[in-house]
Amino acid sequence: MKKTGFLLTSFAALLTAASASAQDIPVKIGVLTDLSGVYADASGPGSVFAAELAVEDFTRQSPGLNVEVISADHQNKGDVASSIARRWLDDDVNAIVDIAASSTAFAVHELLRDSNALALFSSAASSGLTGEDCSPHSVHWTYDTWMLAHGTGRAVLEAGGDSWFFIAPDYTFGHTLVEQTSAVVQENGGEVLGSVSHPFPGQDFSSFILQAQASGAKVIGLANSGQDMINAVRQAREFGVTQGGQSIAAIMLNIHDVHSLGLEASQGLLFASVFDWNLNEGTREWSARFEEKMGTKPSMMQAGVYSAVLHYLKSVEATGTTDADTVVTNMKDTPTDDPLFGKGRIRADGRKIHDAYLFKVKEPSASEGPWDYFEVVSTIPADLAFRPIEDGGCPLAQ
Amino acid sequence: MFESLGISPQVFFGQLMLGFINGSFYAILSLGLSIIFGLLNIINFTHGAQYMLGAFVAWMLLAYLGIGYWWALLLAPIIVGVLGMIVERVLISRLYHLDHLYGLLLTFGLALILQGVLRNAYGVSGLPYSVPPQLTGGQNLGFMYLPNYRMWAAIVALAVCLATWFLIEKTRLGGYLRAANEDPVMLGAFGINVPRMLTLTYGFGVALAAFAGVLAAPIYSVNPNMGADLIIIVFAVVVIGGMGSILGSIFTGLGLGLVEGLTKVVYPEASSVVIFVIMAIVLLIKPAGLFGRTV
Repeated sequence: MKKTGFLLTSFAALLTAASASAQDIPVKIGVLTDLSGVYADASGPGSVFAAELAVEDFTRQSPGLNVEVISADHQNKGDVASSIARRWLDDDVNAIVDIAASSTAFAVHELLRDSNALALFSSAASSGLTGEDCSPHSVHWTYDTWMLAHGTGRAVLEAGGDSWFFIAPDYTFGHTLVEQTSAVVQENGGEVLGSVSHPFPGQDFSSFILQAQASGAKVIGLANSGQDMINAVRQAREFGVTQGGQSIAAIMLNIHDVHSLGLEASQGLLFASVFDWNLNEGTREWSARFEEKMGTKPSMMQAGVYSAVLHYLKSVEATGTTDADTVVTNMKDTPTDDPLFGKGRIRADGRKIHDAYLFKVKEPSASEGPWDYFEVVSTIPADLAFRPIEDGGCPLAQ
Repeated sequence: MFESLGISPQVFFGQLMLGFINGSFYAILSLGLSIIFGLLNIINFTHGAQYMLGAFVAWMLLAYLGIGYWWALLLAPIIVGVLGMIVERVLISRLYHLDHLYGLLLTFGLALILQGVLRNAYGVSGLPYSVPPQLTGGQNLGFMYLPNYRMWAAIVALAVCLATWFLIEKTRLGGYLRAANEDPVMLGAFGINVPRMLTLTYGFGVALAAFAGVLAAPIYSVNPNMGADLIIIVFAVVVIGGMGSILGSIFTGLGLGLVEGLTKVVYPEASSVVIFVIMAIVLLIKPAGLFGRTV
């Protein structure tokens, strides 16, 4: 009798667990991003909306999960990011998404290593997140510095730019990008004549441009992004960099940057990226929904937030739990497929891989209107676009 | 000397020139702050936002009304100056009898509101504003390529600074202003409308900031954060020069521009702190500032 009772109780418990997996698992997703600073256009409120779109699309098909999206501004400061993340962990947030600067990303990355929540990085760039310090609770979604350095660096080298001078912001992202692009340049027979680190965020780049001009390098590599990059390109044009026979390589370029710079100032720039709204029917359709609310086309980071949240929710539904280890294992075991990035997968080191593209900024005459800025020069297959897993030194990959 | 610092003479002279240009921007901004503090005893934290607003008004004049740079140089300071006067009448004038801190908090709040509203409407990436066609191109000075527009902006900024100094120190109107600061009750007894003078002074200080904003618009992208990044440095300039000292602001602005420019060559990572290091040293040795009078 006792045995039967135990069996019945276990059965009942299993039943509740099973029904819980089908309905009403509370999932809390925190979008931690730059809502007001230099990255607010490329990430920011657009990232929050992208997460909401993912939840909307997911719950339309499987109404089982009870998903809540919250957001906060980390002001690109590591300490602010980590105190918000700490508070969110206390409030049972299951996944922290986006995170706009590498310095803030590392703060969250370390904090979540021993927690029961996952970090899904879309805006942060440093490939260190999946390197020696990789964490079982971090997934690096959209792009990284290795991919930018190799994609953009190689393309510019092939076009004849074999001597470089770098202008980079003085924090992890800039340092890593310079280091990795320098390696690409040197491996392929080019030389690096120097680099300068500017305070972040910067406003006046004229001094650094003057140093780059004095170096005599053929290519001035801008390893900064957002507003810094926009100001640097504008001022480089002002100081006659192109008339002087040097060319500018913006290692990381976003659609919002080009929109702000105008095609006149940015035409001809070559850069690597993983997304453009105009790639195919799927990206166009989703981007139209995004634009309707936000008034701009999405950046690759915002598209990445959508894709990451969608895949995360699928894994929560499949495993019937929000337990970080269980969900992340399922995420890595299940190939990804969505309208924005196509087919891909998440490697053991937490790196999500998908195809990347080499883009070129169109000439003003070739553009059909606002936001029609990029043409695809070539596609870099997923396996070549990102750092080989064995080169990263991530202990999880062994 | 150049070899010991590891830089070439070309780079050195180039940086001196750029330091001079940036310094003239610091000078015109800190001048406005100094006038407002000197005469109104208000620490105007909205100054950076008013500078940004000057650039935005120039952009709006062009984008919505088709009014170009040269008219904007005149109109934007007037528009922003008048807005400033309204703010002074409606809000700031109520705080004159209170501690400095209240004025500081009020103007800081106003700055955050202005930035927030424009950020919400126009985003942070910035809006393009072109250099006027008459000033495109540049001169090859041998040691550097100097864009015409930068040279123009620096010269105009300095000319405006000197004209302001002349107005305040050497004219009858300036005399009234200084008297209003010393003893407003006595000046009022002579039949001068002191509150109106204070309003006009605030408007003038704000117009200087907006003027600098229009000058800066073609150099930087016009974005809501452009003032916030600059205002802290400008405050340091005012503190180093001596609160309320007009010539002090001009000389310190130029001098710190040069120091910052050279730091960008020798040790670029420190270029954002060098001004504050100098500020700390000056405060230790001469608390009233380099040109300030000890009270």
